Amino acid sequence: MYRITGKKVLATGVVEMTIEAPRVAKAHKPGQFLMVMNREDSERVPLTIADSNPETGEVTIVFLEVGRSTIELGEEFQVGEDLFAVLGPLGTPTHLDKVGTVVVIGGGLGVAPIYPICKGLRATGNRVVTIIGYRRKDLMFWDDKLRSASDELIVTTDDGSFGMKGFVSDALKKLHDEGRPMDRVVAIGPPVMMRAVAELTRPWEVPTTVSLNTIMIDGTGMCGGCRVGIGDETKFVCVDGPDFDGHKVHWDEMFARMKVYQKEEREAIASSPSCRLYFETLKR
Amino acid sequence: MSETIDIAALGGVKEGEKKRPRSKDRRLEIACQSVEDRLKNYDEVALGYSPAEAVAEAMRCLECPKPRCVVACPVHIDIPTFIGHVSRGHFVGAAEDIRKYNNLPAVCGRVCPQENLCEAACIINDTNPKNPIAIGRLERFSADWQFGHSERRADSVAKAPATGYKVAVIGSGPAGLSCSADLAKMGHTVHLFEALHKAGGVLMYGIPEFRLPKAIVQKEVEYVQALGVQLECNAVVGRTMPVQEVLDEFDALFVASGAGYPNMMGIPGENLNGVYSANEFLTRVNLMKAWKSDVGTPIRKPRRVVVVGAGFTAFDVVRISLRLGAEEARIVYRRSREEMPGRGEEIEHALEEGAIFTLLTNPVRYIGDDNGFVKAVEVQKMELGEPDSSGRRRPVPVRDSNYIIECDTVVVSIGQTPNVLIPSNLPGLATRWGSVIKVNRETYMSTVPKVFAGGDAITGAATVILATRAGREAARSIDGYVRDPNRGWYPPAV
Ligand SMILES: Cc1cc2nc3c(=O)[nH]c(=O)nc-3n(C[C@H](O)[C@H](O)[C@H](O)COP(=O)(O)OP(=O)(O)OC[C@H]3O[C@@H](n4cnc5c(N)ncnc54)[C@H](O)[C@@H]3O)c2cc1C
Ligand SMILES: Cc1cc2nc3c(=O)[nH]c(=O)nc-3n(C[C@H](O)[C@H](O)[C@H](O)COP(=O)(O)OP(=O)(O)OC[C@H]3O[C@@H](n4cnc5c(N)ncnc54)[C@H](O)[C@@H]3O)c2cc1C
Ligand code: SF4
Ligand code: FES
Repeated sequence: MYRITGKKVLATGVVEMTIEAPRVAKAHKPGQFLMVMNREDSERVPLTIADSNPETGEVTIVFLEVGRSTIELGEEFQVGEDLFAVLGPLGTPTHLDKVGTVVVIGGGLGVAPIYPICKGLRATGNRVVTIIGYRRKDLMFWDDKLRSASDELIVTTDDGSFGMKGFVSDALKKLHDEGRPMDRVVAIGPPVMMRAVAELTRPWEVPTTVSLNTIMIDGTGMCGGCRVGIGDETKFVCVDGPDFDGHKVHWDEMFARMKVYQKEEREAIASSPSCRLYFETLKR
Repeated sequence: MSETIDIAALGGVKEGEKKRPRSKDRRLEIACQSVEDRLKNYDEVALGYSPAEAVAEAMRCLECPKPRCVVACPVHIDIPTFIGHVSRGHFVGAAEDIRKYNNLPAVCGRVCPQENLCEAACIINDTNPKNPIAIGRLERFSADWQFGHSERRADSVAKAPATGYKVAVIGSGPAGLSCSADLAKMGHTVHLFEALHKAGGVLMYGIPEFRLPKAIVQKEVEYVQALGVQLECNAVVGRTMPVQEVLDEFDALFVASGAGYPNMMGIPGENLNGVYSANEFLTRVNLMKAWKSDVGTPIRKPRRVVVVGAGFTAFDVVRISLRLGAEEARIVYRRSREEMPGRGEEIEHALEEGAIFTLLTNPVRYIGDDNGFVKAVEVQKMELGEPDSSGRRRPVPVRDSNYIIECDTVVVSIGQTPNVLIPSNLPGLATRWGSVIKVNRETYMSTVPKVFAGGDAITGAATVILATRAGREAARSIDGYVRDPNRGWYPPAV
């Protein structure tokens, strides 16, 4: 049913995969995600749709091997094999209205999900300035794709091994200090990075959209496990989001909620042979 | 597979003999796993009648000429006739008879609140109080027997010739399954969309294995598929495809999307870690099988659990907690025992298993530790005042009665409402409170042409049998509609 049609290791532990899911490919809009189940007894893992092709019926995901399910997906599944389930597209699409200049920021894995957003924002007539950041040069991927989807591209690395040395937030600050136009900011990446960006733009009063990646179970608005405080309301990230106003997110609550299952996740890794193997290889 | 049933040995009525009902006997209890055993596994608690027990219980039935039980049963199963079959050893015949009225007998026999329905009406209550015929257990026995002893083959079912009409059904809970099965038998092409990766709705993700084995639900799903219904899982109508697209492709649409949106109370601390909605807790455990050690989805092992509410859901949660090894599992409910909406047998079982009831008490806030995990709940005592719109006495807070209950897990089980996804993606669909779909209660037709709805989606959280009935009645109405869409179809009474 959901056949893997392509697989590429982009950097250590970062895998790009294309999957046959015609309905998802056809309905996908930038900012939406899907849920993958490797096998019948696997978790439902939310992953952003990084690209889609309605003609071939394929969707692309890019994921980091961080725990049991993502390691199994990256290490055990090959091209030609079928996944048990792919459900999507889920979530409310990113607003792509024309506002002028939009700075789109992708940190680490966040580089993949911003690709359709950059394309979409440009299609509606925005000028798109993209900042992408990686820890090191050897972890870089998709910079060429992002370059083609943006009017301007800035690359940062934490250690300066490529492009500007520093974090994406440093590059954003620089743009602001230079007085460059900035009508909206979109930031996707690790929650610490999104919070840093939101704190920067708050005093500048630049509307800032972040994409939250809370823990999810069904992804359809049924369980409330993904809920998080936004302003004075509680929202379900899987249906009301994942995009939210970065200035309204209750970040402390968001960080606390991501840690709920840390202990159980470590146990899950310990009980999966391919995960143990993966971590041993990393250590070597 | 059929085996000969020696009805004389079982104490039933022999061919040509007259039945002498033993209505003065006591109602036959059902064998259950011992409390000690069942807390260590997830297997079904009630073990079911043996053939001899089923016959003995059936022998108590008077087979009334004007049976009150049939009136009280929402789908009007011909109860005396099926019980008559059981007392004569025609077990498969009994099941076939039930199936004329109810598409899900093995399920309903297990989960219907019979004490408020058919069994409450049984005339034996008048002369032998609290000893109505165990109709639910006999229904379960017959359906289980049929599963085990006859090839209930879909291809042997009398199916009408293909009509060429295409109907889409959204949601594979009892309402959707029942409607799909009937429409397929009527000869229509049926496409059943399900958002989750398994069909069955609440029967799969909500009701736990120890009350309703998932293998039974899957047998019913397979049967519906064998009737020719095309089941498509992982399809969220309104996301995976626009509702309008489905509407354009099919001659009619039946919305059976249930009531899956969890209500929360909106009190401080509800977003702390360790505070769950009942749906999250149940989904992790039932659908994702978190109770098994070798699956991907984790659950934090609860030690001291507070379950808020006292419906079906709350009792399921409290009993799951005890199976996950909780030392203390407590129901906190703002009314008293009499007002509890849960099913009688489950309340009994929960008590036997050690659940604590803290009644006339309501949470006011949750208190967290430094890491954002819940560590206690502050509650308030309540007393019962004047009856409210539901006829139950309204709980009112007792002043200065707050106190603290320590806990590491809270499960909020105060009900579910329908999801807004379909109403918000279907212009013109009238609802109550933005989510409960309005329909004409005779035709199940909504305010949008071609669109019908039933089950929890039109009532809010209700029961399996009411959803099953809605599916069946809607199928009849849809059948009429696709054949003659221009007949006088009435919009819902608004
Ligand atoms: C809307 C959304 C979009 C996402 N898009 C991507 C993506 O494009 N690429 C990608 O690599 N990851 C993405 N994630 C995160 C991804 O879902 C998690 O990394 C994945 O669930 C981890 O599963 P696991 O079993 O491999 O690891 P686990 O063993 O379950 O967890 C390992 C670590 O990941 C964290 N984690 C666990 N579950 C989640 C979760 N549902 N969301 C976030 N963090 C989690 C844990 O806290 C832990 O630190 C997204 C998450 C959401 C909610
Ligand atoms: C824990 C629990 C215990 C219960 N115990 C009992 C009991 O003992 N006895 C009893 O009689 N009743 C019980 N109930 C109530 C009973 O289960 C429900 O009333 C009944 O299941 C409603 O059936 P339904 O078909 O309307 O909806 P559901 O069973 O809720 O099924 C709806 C289905 O539609 C799917 N869906 C929703 N939206 C979409 C969409 N957009 N696209 C595709 N699919 C969609 C859902 O995923 C779901 O599978 C219980 C309920 C719960 C939650
Ligand atoms: S009312 Fe009781 S005794 Fe009479 S037919 Fe129904 S189950 Fe049998
Ligand atoms: S993941 Fe269950 S409601 Fe969002």
